[in-house]
Amino acid sequence: MADALTAAYALRLGDDALILSHRLSEWVGHGPELEEDIALANTALDLLGQARLLLACAGAREGRGRDEDALAYGRDVLDFSNLLLVEQPNGDFAQTMVRQFLFDAYAVELWPRLSASRDEALAGIAGKAAREAAYHVEQSAAWVVRMGDGTEESHARAQAGLDLLWPYAGEIFEADEVETTLAEKGIAVAPSVLREHWQARVEPVLEEAGLVPPEGTGVRKGGRQGRHSEHLGHLLAEFQFMQRAYPGAEW
Amino acid sequence: MSERGERSGNERDWPLFEVFIRARTGLHHRHCGSLHAADPEMALARARDVYTRRGEGTSIWVVPSDSIHASDPADKDMLFEPAMSKIYRHPSFYDLPDDVENM
Repeated sequence: MADALTAAYALRLGDDALILSHRLSEWVGHGPELEEDIALANTALDLLGQARLLLACAGAREGRGRDEDALAYGRDVLDFSNLLLVEQPNGDFAQTMVRQFLFDAYAVELWPRLSASRDEALAGIAGKAAREAAYHVEQSAAWVVRMGDGTEESHARAQAGLDLLWPYAGEIFEADEVETTLAEKGIAVAPSVLREHWQARVEPVLEEAGLVPPEGTGVRKGGRQGRHSEHLGHLLAEFQFMQRAYPGAEW
Repeated sequence: MSERGERSGNERDWPLFEVFIRARTGLHHRHCGSLHAADPEMALARARDVYTRRGEGTSIWVVPSDSIHASDPADKDMLFEPAMSKIYRHPSFYDLPDDVENM
C-alpha cells in the first residue's frame, strides 16, 4: 500500500517536471534571444533529468514492470497526474516566465523539505532538484520583475500572463490521500505546508514587478486526478508521436 | 529599466559583455567569449547558461565590452616587434638546480 502511494506521489512530481520540461523545450529555436533560448533549454533539461529519476522511481515502486520510458511515452491523458499549471501553453515569453515563476516558487520550497523524506530514493532526487530549483526561481523571478516593471508592453503582457495562470496556482496546495497519508509517514511533504512559504516568495516579487493577482478567480484543479485541460492531449500527441508510431525505436 | 517605456526602438540591441571563466583547475579567469545582456546580472546568468554547461567553470566575470581598451592591430609591429630580437629576456640561459621543479 505504501509503495502504491509512493509510486503515485513520485508520478505526480515526475509528471509535473516532464510536462513543464516539454513546454520549455518548445521554445528551443524560438527564444527571444540566442542566450535566452539556451537558458530555457537548460531549465528544460534540468526538469527532464528530475522527471527521469522520478518516473523511474514511480515505475519501480509500482512493480508492474514499467520503466521511465514506458511511463512517459505509454500513458494517455487520463493517466497523467501533473498540475494543470504546467500543461498550459507557452503563450508569449511573459506568459511562459510567469508560469515558470509560479511553479519554481513552489519547487524551491518543496525539494529541500522532501530531501528530508524517510524514503531514501525520494530524498536523494529531492536533494539534487533543490539545487536546480534554487537557480530556476532566481531567474524566473528576475524576468517577472524585469517585464512587470519594464515597458508598458512588457508590463501588460506579464499582467495578462498572471491573470491567465493565477487560477491554476491553487492546485499546487491541494492534497488527497496520497499526499496526506505519505506526509503522516514522513515520506511526502504536505502541500498545505508549502502555501505560506510560496506566498512569501511570490508576493514580494509581484509587488516589485508591479503586478497584481486577479481576485475571486477560484481554483482550477483536477490534474492530479487525470482531469486535464484540452492542452495536454495536443502536447502528448507531439511528445509521444515517435514512440507511438515506432514503438521501442532507439537511436 | 526603472521607468516604463523609456527604451526606444534604436536601443533594442542590448549591450555586449565579455565573459571570463575560471576553470575548475585554472588559477586565473580566461576570456571565453561575449554575449548580449540588459545589465551585468543578466550577463552573469547568461554566461552561466551559455559557457558553463559542461562544468567548465568555478567563477565568472563579465565586463562591458566598451570598457575594454584594446591595442590597435595596425600598431602591432611598433609594439611587439622590438621584443622579438631580445632573446636574452627569456630565462633560458640559467642552469636550474634539479630541486626546482616548476619553472
